[in-house]
Amino acid sequence: MDRTLEIAHGTPLDAALSASLVFDVAHLFAGALVLISFLMLYQDRLYALLKVFALQAVVLSLSVGWQALAQDAPHLYVTAAIALVFKAVVIPLALARMVARLGIHRQVETVVSIGPTMLAGIALVALSLVVMLKATAAVGGAADALAREDLAFALSVVLLGLLMMVTRRNAVSQVIGFMSLENGLILAATGAKGMPLVVEISVAFSVLIALIVIGIFLFRIRERFDTVDVDALDRFRGGRA
Amino acid sequence: MALAPTVQLLAALSAVAALLVLAVAGAVLARGPLGRPVVYGGALAVTLLAAVSALTAIPAPIGGLVLPLGIPWIGANLRLDALSAVFLVVVNLGGAAASLYGLGYGRHDHAPERVLPFFPAFLAGMNLVPLAADAYTFLLAWEFMSLASWALVISHDKEAGNVQAGLVYILMASFGTLALMLAFGLLAAGGGGFTFEAMRAAPPTGWAGAVVLVLALLGAGSKAGLVPLHVWLPLAHPAAPSHVSALMSGVMTKVAVYGFIRIVFDLAGPPDWWWGIPVIVAGAIAGVVGVLQALLQSDTKRVLAFSTIENIGLIFVGLGLALAFKASGFGGAAALAFTAALFHVFNHAAMKSLLFFGAGAVLTATGSRVMDRLGGLIHRMPVTSVVMLIGAAAISALPPLNGFASEWLVFQAILLSPELPAWGLKLSVPAAGALLALAAALAAACFVRLYGIVFLGRPRSEQAANAHEVDAFSRAAMIALAAICVAAGLFPGLVIDALQPAVTALIGVKMPAQSEVAWLSIVPVAESRSSYNGLLVFLFIASSALLTAFIIHRLATGAVRRAPPWDCGFPNADPVTQYSAGSFAQPIRRVFARTLFAARERVEMPPPGSLAPARIEITARDPAWAFLFLPLAGLVERIATRANRLQYLTIRQYLALVFGALVLLLLVLALWT
Repeated sequence: MDRTLEIAHGTPLDAALSASLVFDVAHLFAGALVLISFLMLYQDRLYALLKVFALQAVVLSLSVGWQALAQDAPHLYVTAAIALVFKAVVIPLALARMVARLGIHRQVETVVSIGPTMLAGIALVALSLVVMLKATAAVGGAADALAREDLAFALSVVLLGLLMMVTRRNAVSQVIGFMSLENGLILAATGAKGMPLVVEISVAFSVLIALIVIGIFLFRIRERFDTVDVDALDRFRGGRA
Repeated sequence: MALAPTVQLLAALSAVAALLVLAVAGAVLARGPLGRPVVYGGALAVTLLAAVSALTAIPAPIGGLVLPLGIPWIGANLRLDALSAVFLVVVNLGGAAASLYGLGYGRHDHAPERVLPFFPAFLAGMNLVPLAADAYTFLLAWEFMSLASWALVISHDKEAGNVQAGLVYILMASFGTLALMLAFGLLAAGGGGFTFEAMRAAPPTGWAGAVVLVLALLGAGSKAGLVPLHVWLPLAHPAAPSHVSALMSGVMTKVAVYGFIRIVFDLAGPPDWWWGIPVIVAGAIAGVVGVLQALLQSDTKRVLAFSTIENIGLIFVGLGLALAFKASGFGGAAALAFTAALFHVFNHAAMKSLLFFGAGAVLTATGSRVMDRLGGLIHRMPVTSVVMLIGAAAISALPPLNGFASEWLVFQAILLSPELPAWGLKLSVPAAGALLALAAALAAACFVRLYGIVFLGRPRSEQAANAHEVDAFSRAAMIALAAICVAAGLFPGLVIDALQPAVTALIGVKMPAQSEVAWLSIVPVAESRSSYNGLLVFLFIASSALLTAFIIHRLATGAVRRAPPWDCGFPNADPVTQYSAGSFAQPIRRVFARTLFAARERVEMPPPGSLAPARIEITARDPAWAFLFLPLAGLVERIATRANRLQYLTIRQYLALVFGALVLLLLVLALWT
């Protein structure tokens, strides 16, 4: 760690080398996040989905940690730690417990089948790249290449998370879609320099609270309707599915 | 602000404050025996003083004042200039008459607590509108006036249709305020300020000015009752208690006219040549449609409400002419047209209030507003009959009364239109003049019908036969207004001269001073062209009538011969065989209303031997409802039904909606930039 820091603040030659290294590694993590989002779209079993989600959280915390190093912003380490502890460990474990208690580990009914979902995901990634690169190009020199591409990847992750929420029928997988969306937000926030720690912590806590609330609701729904399929709610409301 | 507050401005503001205090007092005292005398007596005193003060303010210098109320960086800007003063005179004279009338009429009110708090509040709102000198204060006062009158419209909520009338009224009032708000927004955009002073300094240019004109026409026109925005007026005005109907019809529509004048003549900058055309056309259409519909009604107060639309049309024609002349550089003619409009504003306020008071008196005496249940009241209500005759003659524009003087001035202005350079105006103004002439003739028929059916003939119901004259307060209010009608008709020159400071302020030129003309004549343009002397006409009518009476009574033979009266070959003496409201209007209905209002008659003749009565059913529809408002309401309902499905989506569909909207916006962003 200390050695890398030295490189980051070393001689001009080292600086050029490290700038390229910083860029490449950040790019690698961000791209990995998008790839894992695709992996999540592909999963049709809840336990597998949870594992992939945990993996995404680990990669997110690595990415945030790398940003902390590159931007020399120690408070981002706290963010990385939060991501690691809550999103990679606590939330997946909690959800796994829920899945086990609800006995729904075998079901993930997708509304749209995997193939079209993947195609839509690719289109969304393309769209977010076009939008972000264009929009940030207007800002000009203020946004460096790293931040721009980071933002493009982050938007992709957000959109893929939303896509997951829309295409799944099961409440647990919708929760995971929501969490993955939030991962994208954190990626965007850390890519842009200067996000205060307070915001970071409050976002993390709001996600945790959302998890608790959703968890409670899941059990309530289950008690009431013997299922966590949200379509049952709609049938009860008299919805026209 | 450079302007200093004048005594009159402070007096007008204290009047507003005093009226608001009276409103509170009305709410507190409503159920007690003191409520009616305190509220109406107080309002009478306040409005009388305010009217006198406003009268002295017309030629006085402009007063201004900024109170630290309302929006912090603007404050409440108040200003009393000649135009405001003219309208304050109208408002407070009407208010004083209504208060005096209410002292007696209010005795018959079953639920005074629904009227007493809102009556002074309504007056306060109407007093505040002409004083406002920034958009916020203006709209606040305007809405206050609308809401207070709305509360009065639905005060008798148990009577059928009143609540619906209130709903239509509040909808149209909101629409009008919205239009005015947009107009003020455009006006403020030019100079960057919401005070009238800033707007005046930087008037809108190009299309913005035209849009302001249209918005002012919509906003003020919906309040004043221009066709097709008039639909609320014949519902709401009759629904209120009669003295409030008089205020709404006689005074509130004039406040709307004030709003139009203030925006278009004062704030919107120099007019384009064509600005007059939409105003003239709207006015002429309102004139004819209003009076034709008045002829079809069988409810006295509805007749009067529709007649208001006709008179508003006449006023707007005058204003449109003033715009056209002003834009073409004919200052004198513009001053004439503008004076005519203001004069008619004053006259109509007096005579329409008088007529509504009369209708209210008939309602008190007989309990009915349906013309076919009245008749023969001239013997039972002599005072009401005489003042109603004066009011009916005045509104039918018969000399020597005031209605004739102002309508004559409008026509004098129309006769000057060939001097206009633009062909669009050269052609449209005489057409509008022809429509107005038609409207004037139909108005005469309308009021002959109203007066003839209600006051002449024999009573058509027991209530009409047992009617008694109304109380002294009501009679005093009606007599006072009738006196104003006669005085303004005999001495129109005084009124015209009194209006000139307002005309000069807005047109830049004034009419020739009438006080210099010999024998109290009025000369609108030049002596060689036309002149009118109300006093002379009156003396001629009086002397010839006296002479005729003298000849008949003194010089005719004194021998008496008794014979049965001619019964038109129909010996049945039942009162229902008299001309009814429907049969009197039949010729005009058949000629005009068949196409315009799709008026249809259906006669149901029972077969011989059947004991069922024969029936005639007359149906007519208002084209504004049929072609504008009902389709609009249908459209809104269809859209609402469609949108209602959004309430029943599944959670995932809602998410998909959000998602779709987000992707769509991103796509737009990607393709657009």
